[in-house]
Amino acid sequence: MKLFPIMGGIHPEYRKELTSEKAIVALPLPEALYLPLQQHMGAPAGTTVEPGDLVKKGQLLARASGAISAAVHAPTSGRIEAITEITAPHPSGLPTLTIILVPDGKDEWAELPDAIADPFAVTPQVIRDRVAQSGIVGMGGATFPSAVKLGLGTSHKLEILLLNGAECEPYLTCDDRIMREHADAVVDGARIMAHALGAPKVIIAVETNKPQAIEALGKAAAAFDNVSVAPVPVQYPMGAERHLTQAITGRETPARKLTADVGVVVHNVATARAVHDAVRQGRPLLSRVVTVSGGAVAEPKNVEVLLGTKVTELLKFCGGAQGAKRFVSGGPMMGQPLPSLDVPVVKGTSGILGLTLAETKEAEPSPCIRCGSCVTYCPCGLVPVEMASFIRHEKLEEAAKIGVQDCVSCGSCSYICPSHIPLVHYFNYAKGRIAALDRERRKMEQTKALVEAHNARLERQAQAKREAAAKAKAAKEAAEAAAQAQSSTQGGASA
Amino acid sequence: MLLDVGSLAVMGVTLGAMLGTAAKLLAVPVNPIEEELQALLPGSQCGQCGFVGCSQYAAALAKGGTPITLCAPGGKGTIEALAKRLGVSADTDGHEEKGPEVAFINEDLCIGCLRCIGECGSDAIVGAPKQLHTVISDACHACGKCFKICPTEAIVMKPIAPTIAGWHWSKPGDTHATH
Amino acid sequence: MSIVVDRSGPFTHGSNNVSRTMFTVLAALTPATLFNLYLFGWPAIFLFVVTMAACLASEFIAIRVGGGDPNRALGDGSVLITGWLLALSLPPWAPWWVAVVASVFAVFLAKHAFGGLGQNVFNPAMVGRVVVLVSFPVQMTAFVPAKPLFSAGAPGFAESLHITFGRGVSLDGISAASQLGYIKTELSRGVPVTQSMAHLPDLSDMMLGFHPGSMGETALPLILLGGLFLMARKIITWHVPVAMLGTLFVLGTVFNTLDPARHASGWFHLISGASFLGAFFIATDYVTSPVSKQGQLAFGIGIGLLTWIIRTYAGYPEGVAFAVLLMNALTPILDQHFRPRVFGRTRKGEPLPLKGDK
Repeated sequence: MKLFPIMGGIHPEYRKELTSEKAIVALPLPEALYLPLQQHMGAPAGTTVEPGDLVKKGQLLARASGAISAAVHAPTSGRIEAITEITAPHPSGLPTLTIILVPDGKDEWAELPDAIADPFAVTPQVIRDRVAQSGIVGMGGATFPSAVKLGLGTSHKLEILLLNGAECEPYLTCDDRIMREHADAVVDGARIMAHALGAPKVIIAVETNKPQAIEALGKAAAAFDNVSVAPVPVQYPMGAERHLTQAITGRETPARKLTADVGVVVHNVATARAVHDAVRQGRPLLSRVVTVSGGAVAEPKNVEVLLGTKVTELLKFCGGAQGAKRFVSGGPMMGQPLPSLDVPVVKGTSGILGLTLAETKEAEPSPCIRCGSCVTYCPCGLVPVEMASFIRHEKLEEAAKIGVQDCVSCGSCSYICPSHIPLVHYFNYAKGRIAALDRERRKMEQTKALVEAHNARLERQAQAKREAAAKAKAAKEAAEAAAQAQSSTQGGASA
Repeated sequence: MLLDVGSLAVMGVTLGAMLGTAAKLLAVPVNPIEEELQALLPGSQCGQCGFVGCSQYAAALAKGGTPITLCAPGGKGTIEALAKRLGVSADTDGHEEKGPEVAFINEDLCIGCLRCIGECGSDAIVGAPKQLHTVISDACHACGKCFKICPTEAIVMKPIAPTIAGWHWSKPGDTHATH
Repeated sequence: MSIVVDRSGPFTHGSNNVSRTMFTVLAALTPATLFNLYLFGWPAIFLFVVTMAACLASEFIAIRVGGGDPNRALGDGSVLITGWLLALSLPPWAPWWVAVVASVFAVFLAKHAFGGLGQNVFNPAMVGRVVVLVSFPVQMTAFVPAKPLFSAGAPGFAESLHITFGRGVSLDGISAASQLGYIKTELSRGVPVTQSMAHLPDLSDMMLGFHPGSMGETALPLILLGGLFLMARKIITWHVPVAMLGTLFVLGTVFNTLDPARHASGWFHLISGASFLGAFFIATDYVTSPVSKQGQLAFGIGIGLLTWIIRTYAGYPEGVAFAVLLMNALTPILDQHFRPRVFGRTRKGEPLPLKGDK
């Protein structure tokens, strides 16, 4: 297959060998599961259970609320202990509303929706409903509700479902293992998704450092004419949606548009497997494969983990972590630091890394020497050095003008910077600050509108009062006049 | 030498005179910035800045010498907007920001007197006579007028708890997180 | 267990850092420098040592005054490059005080007055060179023919001390003009380039460095080797050197073809003066050159063009230093003008049009 070059990008130390040959193993049932109502982009789910309820495996615990949201199910049978706030697996360390489920150890299944015997005979809507019902979100880490993304076929003319198995993040091998061990499920899920999208073609893109995965998928896809496997070069961030689309199709997604606008929808391979389970077996999303790795972790592994399992349990299963400088959820490039190990694994947790200082290679920033590496390696064609200097001086508008909002936070610039300047941190700050200022501005405008409406109403009321007073006065005067005129007669008209 | 000094002096005097005249002739009588500044303020006339209302604060700002950090409901966004318009630095270091707040009515203490409703400039409180009042927190802009007028001290100004959705990374080097 | 979250990702980093970059540059300069020191003997070695010491001392004082930590700042090695390049741009037998004055101006005026490492607009070494060039034209144009160490006619250790540190030393007897200077002087006397060329060593000798000139103007193969080494290590890219040397060569060739009596050939321009040193080591200075590749191309072309103009029409025989400084001044503008195209946007910054739109 002919590939197209993408600009910039880096070749970090991948260290995938720590776990790439470790087959997926299941974690024993933990003592309690902590299921945040928000494990996805969009609105938090709304609970359908009360503390004290007994639930079965696969039972709905919280339903999607609003257009962009995702349901949460019970990963095993047990009792709802509480619905309370606990620390979220998010760098802020802020609390999030969470359902606490204490397993009863029986692992009894609830009654599941029927398997869809022939998914290609039903309408796309049926597939989308099933995916939504199953609480599936983008499992590469973006956690966007998959059903919504599968609905892009209704608004766009799609040509290709691009299945993302690039896994360009260092350390992570969970997708690699899924592709190797569940190639048939992945290909089947992809075909179902393509049907739901109305996309005639499926291309599964895998970086060439995963030859076994490419081989397994090739075998699984051999029976289907419209499914092909595309080996792509090892180059970070090949797995970024827009860049992968460009590498495979040569089409460059315009800024502020979706890849769907150029006829391509990208889904992760683990999502395809989840869709397969949901459609073929009626099973909602209850677990995911997590790569536990890093120099600090005693026994790096690929673990199939029930959602809601605490990271501490997972690390214990992997022999514990000693001497970690950073704990990261996801890959080392775009993953988020964990505020605590006492947080649950959620739908978007692709990896738990315990990284030593030798691996993070952190250092105090030194002055910028304008070497221009960040410009050379930026896969988005930005000028990080200039943006960071604007942001340092709080010139957020100028930074926005030269594209800080087009930055995908891939981390290539920070990685390559010889002065160790935290460039991506600056951009994350700027993006967050710009959004916050935007919110404040909107709030202010809203207040102003309310105040104006309030004042207008007061004015109207005052006006009405004046008019009423005038009317009353006039009526009174008229009445008095009438009374005077009729003073001779009895029972004058009383107004 | 004399010629040089002389010519320079003449030039200086002439140009100075021209500039002086131009300044007089082209002077703008009213300060047009005042209205612009007022547009940047919330307009709820809460008076927390110490002036009677937003227009008075705007006038004082236009005149100069007044800190730009007095508008509490406006928050950091307003300070920055004012700073930009006035061309001064938005030095918010000395200014202790309270963080976003919202009015909250303690149900046990509210007697349904309606006074807060009359005071609220953005119609953020609903309720009927002798009935419990409630704050629509989305509409509340924390001017604190209701808090001041409540006869039973049923109204408190509560800080809005930071949320994950509203959180963002602080600037590198800043030790405290921004919410 | 609670963890302090004080930074966003990435949580891994490449192994490059500032001092590694700087020391790689020094390593690339070493072969050419050693050869030059050998070629010009003890006086050159003394001058080199004096320049480096003066730059280091200036840096130390500047950072102390600025309240910084001198150990950390010296550790990055940037001042060593300044001193090194400055030494290479001086006539090898120049007196010590020329080197000291140049060093002081390079470090204090060009670097620290602008805010230190990364903040300077102008290449410090070139500022140092230009300051002494315009202040002490006699000393700065007193070149000597190569006299390799221990060869017949080379000054001994004591004599060399006298050349570098002595007072009122006159090199009149032995000094010679650089090639560029020679053809310029001859041209002003009415001797066409075609004739004056005949008196110069042939091109291959010139390339090896057996001719009078500043230290860095000789030993072209070794400088080229250093430049290629830097490219291989991805410290520099081809853009600036190729653009600069290409422009110089094209201009030289074109005008030489049009008017051989007035203009030297393209090859001559390439291998004489500081063309190579400038192209690979001076114009590629990170701090004072544009950050984008397009900007670097424009920057290189500008330097080539200005160098040729200065060499051909201006009063100075060599123009690399001036050309670099002039283009340094343009760097902020080049940076603003030559930004890469943002992914998904047109060159103007608008989102790309979708197929079917208009």
